[in-house]
Amino acid sequence: MMTSKPGLTPFTTFSSVAVPIDIPNCDTDQIIPGRFLRRASTDPDYDRILFHDLRFNADGSEKDFVYNRAPYREGRIFVTDINWGCGSSREHAVSVLTANGVRSVIAPSFGDIHYSNCIKNGVLPIQLSGEHCATLRRQLRESPGAEIAIDLDTQSLTGPDQTGYAFEIDAFDKHRLLNGLDDIGLTIEFEDKIADFAKTYAKRHGWAG
Amino acid sequence: MGKTLFQKIWDEHVIHEREDGNALLYVDRHLTHDLHHRLFKVLQSKGLKVREPDKLFGVPDHSVPTTAKTVEDIPEGEMRETVAGLQQAADDFGFHHFSMTDERHGIVHVVGPEQGITLPGLTLVCGDSHTSTHGALGCIAFGIGSTEVQHVLITQTLWQRKPKTMRITITGQLGFGVSGKDVILAVIKKIGAAGGTGYAIEYAGSAIDGMSMEGRMTVCNMTIEAGARFGIIAPDDKTIEYCAGRPFAPQGEKWDEAKAYWRGLTSDAGARFDVEITLDGGAIAPMVTWGNSPQWVLPVTDCVPDPTSEVDPQVRADMEAALDYMDLKPGMALSDIKVDTVFIGACTNSRIEDMRAAAAVAKGRRAKARTLVVPGSGLVKKQAEAEGLDKIFIEAGMEWREPGCSMCIALNGDMLAPGERAASTSNRNFRGRQGPGSRTHLLSPAMAAAAAVTGHLTDVRTLIEEV
Ligand code: SF4
Repeated sequence: MMTSKPGLTPFTTFSSVAVPIDIPNCDTDQIIPGRFLRRASTDPDYDRILFHDLRFNADGSEKDFVYNRAPYREGRIFVTDINWGCGSSREHAVSVLTANGVRSVIAPSFGDIHYSNCIKNGVLPIQLSGEHCATLRRQLRESPGAEIAIDLDTQSLTGPDQTGYAFEIDAFDKHRLLNGLDDIGLTIEFEDKIADFAKTYAKRHGWAG
Repeated sequence: MGKTLFQKIWDEHVIHEREDGNALLYVDRHLTHDLHHRLFKVLQSKGLKVREPDKLFGVPDHSVPTTAKTVEDIPEGEMRETVAGLQQAADDFGFHHFSMTDERHGIVHVVGPEQGITLPGLTLVCGDSHTSTHGALGCIAFGIGSTEVQHVLITQTLWQRKPKTMRITITGQLGFGVSGKDVILAVIKKIGAAGGTGYAIEYAGSAIDGMSMEGRMTVCNMTIEAGARFGIIAPDDKTIEYCAGRPFAPQGEKWDEAKAYWRGLTSDAGARFDVEITLDGGAIAPMVTWGNSPQWVLPVTDCVPDPTSEVDPQVRADMEAALDYMDLKPGMALSDIKVDTVFIGACTNSRIEDMRAAAAVAKGRRAKARTLVVPGSGLVKKQAEAEGLDKIFIEAGMEWREPGCSMCIALNGDMLAPGERAASTSNRNFRGRQGPGSRTHLLSPAMAAAAAVTGHLTDVRTLIEEV
């Protein structure tokens, strides 16, 4: 049995307007600039920090960036380019996604740490080929407001033109997401095993204590 | 079939393995810094304790002004609250804390190895992507997110999927004026910023063997810039000598036990890696980045690339956007790029060897650009001062500061103005990393000093004599 993280919504099926983000290697500094890292995620304006420097000029006025434009502004699924979320381990890069209701990011590849941060916060990272992501982004550019529908259980999604795509996901990650579970609850079930391990480990590697 | 070094350490730490291959791992060392101070409040609010506070080490680094010596010197506001918050957490939970007034204080990734907290054969985590640095000592070290940080605080364990393995062999010996920084930039150029995603990278070969511990740490530090969470190098005599006598390293019988175990920590001859890559170390030149990803890097003798010669339209668009942001023209010599500021520091390059390499170039010259030299720890600072390096920098018109992350992430007041261009020994040239609108060129400490004294990117080999 695992416990649910407060506020962790299970991910089963989800459909939404999708946003094409045409930035390869979009690092977490772009998703949330470093100077916002000390800000509490309870800040009422937290959602504005997502892509802050890509979206806003120094005087606070809006730049011409896809996520500022209707109907993309309502999008809660992002389709991006390679290496989404590379760079800093800052989990704030997921907090700003969830602050905007974003539930899934579709990309050819993800920064490893960001990928795992997504899983821990109920955001589904979907890996599709570069070609498929490029097709989806093109369709989303051509039909602003088009939707993508995701079904995690069957590991499939439907693009704006009703084409179906299958995706792979680690069984454990899928289980966590489908049920909105956090790890601490699961790990506590292993309490005895951890305690035993720590004892034998201390014997085997006394130097490491 | 033999085992890889990574596999050997992994196996020693598996508490439980699921059928799907995910493992619950035991964590030997946990490092933390000021940006995580809020997590301790969460623990407090739930009435939870840190499971093994003896294995937790905190250092304020990101929010520490390099002009301040004490918490009271920090202007009131979120910077001071963050630094004070970590101290408070250490007092409440009883973990090790190196405060700003402690000479052991510095950047978390410099302090760990320096104090003997980082050792071969361990698992070490920190809520910071550059935790890969510590793998240079032959341990499994990796960056985690804050939910994982909480998990480690409460359970001293972490669920992990075993990464694939890649071995990068650097053959030959590095040329004159070439350092670990140039090696890792050449690696990233070769495999790309996502080339290591999903892998643990073991570095091997004669050029790695010949490298100092500091150089190896630089290589492992920027492994995350190639997409890999883990960089690792088999411990050898140099590693063992480096660890010997450090405050948190084992002593006496335990030291002998440790040494005997560490000797076996190499990848077996028959070990198979998912990917093998080889680079000729002798062919690596001093490198410098020109774009907003560490993969956009070239030898300093080269020119700014021309996007029109790129066939892939997406890559071309990406290059064009980078050149626009960086305000560079295709075809211009990299050595013609003028810099406004030079930053010598960050967990990539702020160890004593880095300070020496920069000072060797600065000696007897004058800086033509604003230059900040920020040692990685109080102990590095002390050592550099004992060697008179601080005087060399100051006489060259450079600023000699207190330890911290400083202009690497621009969270402590040290930053670039919009449009300002820096030559920087840090690890990320992302847009806005050193301040909104900032432009960053990554390079080695010797190359950074060369840029400082000439005012433009310069091949350091033209300024120093081979000895
Ligand atoms: S020096 Fe830079 S990269 Fe290193 S820990 Fe500090 S902010 Fe991160």
